[in-house]
Amino acid sequence: MKAIYILCVRQLKRYIRSPARIIGSLGQPILFLVALGFGFKAMFARAGGGNYINFLAPGIISMAILFNAVFSGIEIIWDRQFGFLKETLVAPVSRLEIVFGRMLGGALVAMAQGIVVFAICLIAGFRVKSSPILPLAIVFMFLIALLFAGIGTVFGSMLQDMQGFPLIINFLIMPLFFFSGAIFSADGLPKALQFGLRLNPLSYGVDGLRGACTGIFAYGLKTDLAAVTILTAILLGIGSYFFSRIQL
Amino acid sequence: MGEMIVVQDLVKNYGEFCAVNHISFTVPEGKIFGFLGPNGAGKTTTIKMLTTVLDPTSGSIRINGHDSTREQKQVRRSFGIVFQDPSLDDELTAQENMDLHGILYGVPRAERLKRIDALVDLVGLGDRKKDFVKTYSGGMKRRLEVARALLHAPRILFLDEPTIGLDPQTRNHIWGYIQQLSKEEGVTVFFTTHYMDEADRVANDVAVIDHGKIVAQSSPGELKERTKCATLEDAFIALTGHAIREEEANATDRMRMMGRAWRGGGRR
Repeated sequence: MKAIYILCVRQLKRYIRSPARIIGSLGQPILFLVALGFGFKAMFARAGGGNYINFLAPGIISMAILFNAVFSGIEIIWDRQFGFLKETLVAPVSRLEIVFGRMLGGALVAMAQGIVVFAICLIAGFRVKSSPILPLAIVFMFLIALLFAGIGTVFGSMLQDMQGFPLIINFLIMPLFFFSGAIFSADGLPKALQFGLRLNPLSYGVDGLRGACTGIFAYGLKTDLAAVTILTAILLGIGSYFFSRIQL
Repeated sequence: MGEMIVVQDLVKNYGEFCAVNHISFTVPEGKIFGFLGPNGAGKTTTIKMLTTVLDPTSGSIRINGHDSTREQKQVRRSFGIVFQDPSLDDELTAQENMDLHGILYGVPRAERLKRIDALVDLVGLGDRKKDFVKTYSGGMKRRLEVARALLHAPRILFLDEPTIGLDPQTRNHIWGYIQQLSKEEGVTVFFTTHYMDEADRVANDVAVIDHGKIVAQSSPGELKERTKCATLEDAFIALTGHAIREEEANATDRMRMMGRAWRGGGRR
């Protein structure tokens, strides 16, 4: 347990000590929020969709969490190349403790980043609806973070160097983001795309977060919570499995 | 005095390529054992298997009486290691790196703090322990790694080319301390090096590995006698030949190049 704790603390320390990284990874969500949020705001309202910023903000918060969480997993590659991974792998603790510490630390960092983006969204005009389910927003943010820390860990454990990184970003992470209902709703999409959205784990995370904040769900609270919880558990399992197979 | 390291018929294949080819050796407790060989001979592969981070293809390894594949936790608790490449977290301070190690190895807090202070003083980093490791020179990092490897009071110390890139002062300092540890506390030391004079000076026994096979194993003195050479370096060349070995750059080397380009400075 202490190993999980200290590896988690290590990641939080690294995050806090790197303001460049904190600010750098805010760039993308802010860009999307401003460009899409204000760009489509009038059109969205004319089409009868209501306040687009309110629709978009949970998607942007999820995006920030998604990228940071996946990156925390990919960091295994850096730790492998720059040596620190070895130090943990020869220690008399189980691989499971190491990988859980890493995933938890990565998820907390991603969540911290999500909370910063949340605050920026509030400044940009995002209005949350106060309700008994509002605290679930934090739960969804944390689950999204854990889920994608798990996915990042799978890739971080499999890849030997950073060459494959753009591949993952462009062919996995970007599509997961675009087809999650983060920037547009599933209503009116072609059937095939609607089905694709249904298969995307992030869809349930975004919907859950949006529902918790605004009261409007597409799939329903129970479905979202169940789907994200189960998928997170599965991904944590797969991530741990891949990590435990690492050989130097 | 028991046998601290017992290796029997150890093999590691990578596909068709045989990196370690049926090697066997033992290292008695409290001895300093030098594992010598040209580049790509199988030294680092062997150390990786001895330290449980790489599974052998076949053969058995017993470390401190424990099987290296079945009793990994006990094996890992038995040794400390200084890797060939740095393995510190640059974004943490020396103190934090030490503390993290101590926690991973379950060293109780009071003892941990006491030992950290004593060890960083010992390697001459007492006044720099609150500094980030990224501000350290190569030699300082190496010294810190030696201190860290000793934090949990291991019975065996693995050193993979511990003195590479260090000046003679630092080298002597580190070896002086390791010899003292071996003599006074009976710590068993297993090291690899390319510096034959170093091996000659500190090792009780050496093994020479080439093309994955052990070609000689004895005390440095016997080895020189047997090959009728004046120095261990000549004996080494007599055993392994003059051909210069090619080693392919691996992912790590490529990555380091990239890291260097990104940081615009490189690792100090």
